[in-house]
Amino acid sequence: MTALTLTNVNKSFGTVEVLRDINIEVEDGEFVVFVGPSGCGKSTLLRVIAGLEDVTSGEVRIGGELMNLTPPSKRGIAMVFQSYALYPHLNVRKNMSLALKQEGQSKQVIEERVTKASRMLNLEPYIDRYPSELSGGQRQRVAIGRAIVREPKLFLFDEPLSNLDAALRMNTRIEIANLHQQLDASMIYVTHDQTEAMTLADKIVVLRDGRVEQVGSPMELYNNPANQFVAGFLGAPSMNFFPASVIGDSADTTLGIRPEDLYLTDEGPLTANVTHVEHLGGDTNVIAMMQDHQITARLFGQHQVNAGQAVQFGYAQDRTYRFDQLGARLG
Amino acid sequence: MNKARQNPLNTAAMHGALILYTLIALFPVFVIIINSFKTRRAIFREPLALPDAESFSLIGYQTVMKQGDFFLYFQNSLIVTVVSLAFVLLFGAMAAFALSEYRFKGNMIMGLYLALGIMIPIRIGTVAILEMMVATGLVNTLWALILVYTAQGLPLAVFILSEFMRQVSDDLKNAGRVDGLSEYTIFFRLVLPLVRPAMATVAVFNMIPIWNDLWFPLILAPAEETKTLTLGSQVFIGQFVTDWNAVLSALSMAILPVLVLYVIFSRQLIRGITSGAVK
Repeated sequence: MTALTLTNVNKSFGTVEVLRDINIEVEDGEFVVFVGPSGCGKSTLLRVIAGLEDVTSGEVRIGGELMNLTPPSKRGIAMVFQSYALYPHLNVRKNMSLALKQEGQSKQVIEERVTKASRMLNLEPYIDRYPSELSGGQRQRVAIGRAIVREPKLFLFDEPLSNLDAALRMNTRIEIANLHQQLDASMIYVTHDQTEAMTLADKIVVLRDGRVEQVGSPMELYNNPANQFVAGFLGAPSMNFFPASVIGDSADTTLGIRPEDLYLTDEGPLTANVTHVEHLGGDTNVIAMMQDHQITARLFGQHQVNAGQAVQFGYAQDRTYRFDQLGARLG
Repeated sequence: MNKARQNPLNTAAMHGALILYTLIALFPVFVIIINSFKTRRAIFREPLALPDAESFSLIGYQTVMKQGDFFLYFQNSLIVTVVSLAFVLLFGAMAAFALSEYRFKGNMIMGLYLALGIMIPIRIGTVAILEMMVATGLVNTLWALILVYTAQGLPLAVFILSEFMRQVSDDLKNAGRVDGLSEYTIFFRLVLPLVRPAMATVAVFNMIPIWNDLWFPLILAPAEETKTLTLGSQVFIGQFVTDWNAVLSALSMAILPVLVLYVIFSRQLIRGITSGAVK
């Protein structure tokens, strides 16, 4: 069964079209990530699914039921917000139980679910504290706990890690992945961070300007991007693009090579001047200018390369991507 | 703390300026209070002297207590002020919430219309208001005053509160919606506590003009049983003779409740917005 079906969803604010003709399916138990640059409409799309915004046209079905006019609390969803959005006047326990009380669940059920969720998220020591007495990471766990206790058909995450620092972000990312396995629920996760998208998703939906650019598993999108935008958006450092005229091909074609597919060689087809070197220990990122085009090479291991040095890069022919002038993939 | 800001010279200058301002602001109040405890002769001979054994007198307070129903006036003023403030805050906040939270046609126009009252003094409409009150039979009731003061306070309240409500996190309100809270619960339980400092500001701005107003009580509710304190105190001011003892005593007592209300609200003013809800 499908957890969520969006059919021809459009959304506009006044004359501004924010979402255009979105068609997406989320299977039961699937972890789907909406990813795109800021302003691409991904958060609006999430709010449409949650029922916080109405669609202008199209259908939103959750668990097969048409939900266009159903209020958020009746959609069988739970949402985790970027800013946590905990109720400041309630302690952790009450924050988590509020929605259940609103649903009219019995005290016993509430107690049971809150205990279970707080154990799952290691929130037991903080259960009687107020949000102002918790750290950022703890607050985010409470926000996740508030979603879990509702046992929803569909979880919605709106950039839940954006407010956390780097180390905590990685831990919480793993926690969310674990939760997905434990709960076996469908999840939709919105982020602008391609690393989160690649690591968490069963399926990625890449959005740009309110349109779906491509849908697929992380590796499908990585190995077989439909266009230049998707190719450039996924993968870090991002793919190098330069006109094919650099290697003596037609100037109308743009050539794309991932940084990790470039290697140092003495007789490479690409000659460049190193401008900057990033030594990361495990990898070395070499940023170089090739004529007027900046390219980045990600070399595995440690390399002695200095800024100002002229280097030559080689690449395997089958690891290149070609795009036409509009950015569509060729061949 | 920033080291540079703890420069003793700066601190001294800052405190000096504040102390000077406090003295200037409190001086009239101080003069009123000390003179209310003096004999009439002492008031005119040495207006700035503190009351001593010879000049001390409670004659003013005695006159006030004897003449007229001072406690009734007091009660009337308090009822009018508190009820008007409650209405201004409640309806102002509700209108502000609607304006800042919901997208509807004419939202902008409605906001401007509601704010227009800031620029137009309500006294211009006195004649029309009086006619309306006569027609509805509300003349000489406290309701007449309460309604007028509510109308007078609303524009500023809507204006200030809608600005503050825009700053309340959307995520918090949306979290409430996803959890199944009604719009009323979201308004009363989530949004209002977060704009409490703004509410206190509005309350303080509105409270003092209402308490001190002479115009509308004089026109709309001059009857003995609906007189407010300010109006009641006027009996001591005659065209030829003014009972200064009584006037000063009445004023001294009139300051008290405003002071109490101010202390209550200013605490809220200072208390920061509840932290921890959002980062």
